[in-house]
Amino acid sequence: MTELRSNRRISVSEASKPILPRHARLKFDETRQRWVILAPERVLAPDDIAVEILQLCDGERNVADIIDLLVAKYAAPRDDIGTDVVAMLQDLADKGFLTQAREKTA
Amino acid sequence: MSPTLTDASPVFTDPADSLAIMERTRSTAETFGIPLAVLAELTHRCPLQCPYCSNPVELDRGSTELTTDEWKKVLSELAEIGVLQIHFSGGEPTARKDIVELVQHATDVGLYSNLITSAVLLTLDKLSALADAGLCHVQISFQGNEPVVADRVGGYRNGHVKKLEVAKWTRELDLPLTVNAVMHRQNLHQLADIIQMAVDLDADRLEVANVQYYGWALKNRAALMPTIDQIDETSRIVEDAQVRLKGILDIDYVVPDYYALRPKKCMGGWGRQFFNISPSGKILPCHAAETITGMEFESVRSNHSIAWIWQNSEAFNRYRGTGWMPEPCQSCEFKEIDFGGCRCQAFALTGDAGNTDPACTLSPRHAEIFKLAETESTEGRDRFIYRNFKGGTLEPDADDVHGR
Ligand code: SF4
Ligand code: SF4
Repeated sequence: MTELRSNRRISVSEASKPILPRHARLKFDETRQRWVILAPERVLAPDDIAVEILQLCDGERNVADIIDLLVAKYAAPRDDIGTDVVAMLQDLADKGFLTQAREKTA
Repeated sequence: MSPTLTDASPVFTDPADSLAIMERTRSTAETFGIPLAVLAELTHRCPLQCPYCSNPVELDRGSTELTTDEWKKVLSELAEIGVLQIHFSGGEPTARKDIVELVQHATDVGLYSNLITSAVLLTLDKLSALADAGLCHVQISFQGNEPVVADRVGGYRNGHVKKLEVAKWTRELDLPLTVNAVMHRQNLHQLADIIQMAVDLDADRLEVANVQYYGWALKNRAALMPTIDQIDETSRIVEDAQVRLKGILDIDYVVPDYYALRPKKCMGGWGRQFFNISPSGKILPCHAAETITGMEFESVRSNHSIAWIWQNSEAFNRYRGTGWMPEPCQSCEFKEIDFGGCRCQAFALTGDAGNTDPACTLSPRHAEIFKLAETESTEGRDRFIYRNFKGGTLEPDADDVHGR
């Protein structure tokens, strides 16, 4: 339980392996033709960039990997992209829509 | 599906925030997009007997409930017309034997599912099965922070201990948890402890809900109405906790409108962004709408589609928008902010659902009703009338009835 608690408030770094928590679902809404995040009592409408980043958050990749992928795709300076990605993920984490992949206790 | 429904539900994002909450743009034609979330009241049966229960005093009998197949058809139809989230509620939704099957079906058709439960009927096996069926979130109601008050309010022995156990299982299964606490005069002194309880249970969210006075709660108003001092204290406790627990526990709190200047924007406005389905299949603008006697609500068992009922039925259109409003609302600058308040409360307190909600200080009935509430809060008896299918049972008037 203490472990869960400490997972709640994460601080995003390049080593973090972020993933959406179980209560937040990223889904394409066919009716309204846009991506949404479904959470208890709320529906959020992430913008295109947020969606792209969130789709890369699978709990396996770390933030550094995600940044590298975006740098390659957009051919932009790593520093710029890195800062933006970390800031966006931290914002999501603060709002409770991002958590850390849990280490498997084998 | 009627094309106007999709057209009428554009969403906008605040460019300043990549995570803006989805809202619908205002439509002058007063046509409204299908809600994002729907409340499915699977049954009115419930082992608890809370004196503030929001179900109608006239409860739907088990024999009138929609069948498993009917509910499945409803869920499929909801997903098809663009509903994204389904809240399974009641009564006690797990009193239905087919609850796992219904959650599974919701998952299969792509709905985000939430279980709103009193928890006392759940076993670990049942909860695991629900999690496996794709349940996304669990909301457990608590009546206090310890058994003496909690079990008395719920009218159910050993309920509180059971709830704590189920809350623990919920987190062990890695399901997100919301603790819902309905507050009133006889448990408000426990609020700080309830907040701590939610933290200890590792809940993600806490809803501090004040009793809404219609239906059963209106019958029990004298026993439930908080004092003004209690409300002031409550706001202080909540505001302090919201700061202290930022990032640990989300606390939702709505100030009770009896003691506010303006009424709440009930349901986000009648027929604007929400509907619920009653156990027997009626489509209602609010879970308390059946307390308004004399209104006809259409059923999923009729020949009409759910989308048609939402868009065209008389009940939904009667209080939609602002055209129906009497004075003082009609010429009031707040009319599109609170939409005249709550129709159920207007009906309960004035006898006409089309009146201004008397919670508003501008309502001609406000002073008289407010004064009554205030008197009840200090002079009302603590004895409850319990909610049940017999039309209510008065709490035994023994010395063991705990005071505040
Ligand atoms: S408010 Fe109480 S009695 Fe009513 S459905 Fe919920 S748990 Fe049951
Ligand atoms: S008069 Fe009507 S619209 Fe104006 S604040 Fe009161 S309830 Fe709201």
